[in-house]
Amino acid sequence: MTSPIDKAIDQKQQSWITGVLNGQTFWVFVAVLVACLFLSYATDSFATAKNLYNITRNITFVAIIALGMTMVIITGGIDLSVGSVLCLCSMVLGVTMHAGYSIEVGILASILSALAVGAFHGLMIAYVGLPPFVVTLASLSIARSLAMVASGNTVVFQFGPDHDKLLALGGGAWLFGIANPVLYMIVLALIAGFILRWTRFGRYLYAIGGNEHAATLTGVPVKPIKVAVYMISSLTAGIAGIVQTGWLGAITTNIGTGLELQVIAAAVIGGAALVGGAGTAIGALIGAALIEVIRNSLGLLGINAFWQGAFIGSAILLAVLFDRLRNLSQNK
Amino acid sequence: MAVLELQNISRNFGAILAVNDVSFKLEAGEVVGLMGDNGAGKSTLVKMIAGNFRPSHGTMLMEDREIVLHSPLDARQHGVEIVHQDLALCNNLTAAANVFLGRELRRSIGPFKILDYAAMYKRAGQIFAELKSETRPRDLVRQMSGGQRQAVAISRTRLTNPKIVLMDEPTAAISLRQVAEVLNLIRRLRDQGISVILISHRMPDVFDVADRVIVLRRGNKVADKSIAQTSPEEVTGLITGAIGKA
Repeated sequence: MTSPIDKAIDQKQQSWITGVLNGQTFWVFVAVLVACLFLSYATDSFATAKNLYNITRNITFVAIIALGMTMVIITGGIDLSVGSVLCLCSMVLGVTMHAGYSIEVGILASILSALAVGAFHGLMIAYVGLPPFVVTLASLSIARSLAMVASGNTVVFQFGPDHDKLLALGGGAWLFGIANPVLYMIVLALIAGFILRWTRFGRYLYAIGGNEHAATLTGVPVKPIKVAVYMISSLTAGIAGIVQTGWLGAITTNIGTGLELQVIAAAVIGGAALVGGAGTAIGALIGAALIEVIRNSLGLLGINAFWQGAFIGSAILLAVLFDRLRNLSQNK
Repeated sequence: MAVLELQNISRNFGAILAVNDVSFKLEAGEVVGLMGDNGAGKSTLVKMIAGNFRPSHGTMLMEDREIVLHSPLDARQHGVEIVHQDLALCNNLTAAANVFLGRELRRSIGPFKILDYAAMYKRAGQIFAELKSETRPRDLVRQMSGGQRQAVAISRTRLTNPKIVLMDEPTAAISLRQVAEVLNLIRRLRDQGISVILISHRMPDVFDVADRVIVLRRGNKVADKSIAQTSPEEVTGLITGAIGKA
């Protein structure tokens, strides 16, 4: 015979453990670890300082945007424009600095462009009522085109008087030899995690994704919040664009092409549900890590790079299937 | 002194007269069943009390003072809370998060205001206990029974100290055992001196829990009787029109 209180405690502990075991983020994290261990044994080149430095830095650009994308997906939306917005913001930065302005002015112009694009998305989606898919698909085309117009479709690799500052911003390692982009990613992830977990804004994102009608009825300012979330998504794309410009030291109008797929994949693999209502900041990072490890390992294992798309696509499918199976078992 | 008094309230939508010259009084701690066929004007009437619509004619008084409600928020400030027919719950959030949705408790940390999880869990737990519901604040609404969901929706009305709670078809979509649970919740509200207007299609529920029944037919009030002085047969007749007026 167990007393009711023991039962209650049992149940609570079970639910805590099953909570972790049911968590998609946890299993993806395990997959990343297993893949890393396997690659360390199977190849000589994986666990080298240089390769790890490369991987962590590569993760960051997808991860930073995946943070914003996760927020959008939590509300039940989608942002297909991020790759093009990244390109536009890089170009605005490049062209402004190339024209002789300081890095501060360049970054300000770049960020303002990102916020303007995001605000446009939000207004069209929340107030005009167009589907997010359509609005951001249009921007995918428009933003890259604007980047081409701004730069005359040339390569920008001279950034005026603050050239070196920009390169240090993206390519340096200011703290304990950790690449700067990684630092930015960690800081942004902490901010995003804080917003999602501890603020009313974060709570409302989940509420809108869970039941938009209920959120409206209970007095949640649904429309302004939607505008804000698309601005945040574009902002993360803009930040990634600025950092990537500094890292690469040159920009073409091709950068960020097809990036939206990797970003959405990272968010979804990290546990963001495309129907809305679920997703975490840490999940976005882990999802981005898995994608990068897959990409990296294919190269190291000598598998033709053309297979990359197939593997990443399969990872997305698996993540969504996993989610579906879990929901089915819950509804039983 | 009546908590709520409607005097000759009418509401038309274009040429359609949804509610026609309806008057009634609601006393403190009284449960009134509002019955009528689809399109009889029940929802329109309740939405006027909840601040969603304004009456075309007539006046509304609360505690003998005339009021004009411009919005649901206005109504809430006057002490009118509504439990929506579809409950307006987010399945992906916890019971406590749903209770406090739109009215989250926060505490200050430096310049930031962060969600006060502990306080919300505690207060939600207290409200569930008051309502004698087995709902646990940390459970996700997705995993709850219909009765528990109803308890969460009703708990929202306990955040403030409302005078009137409007309930739109609270027992329409749940199992029989859970219906009993919801009717108990309504009695708890009444015991605390709160007046309840219960819209329902289910005759047994109204006769079980209400003190009085008001019947609407085609926008007109055709009956306003104490439960003790009427019968399900008579009310059915009034709803369908087999009995003209009582």
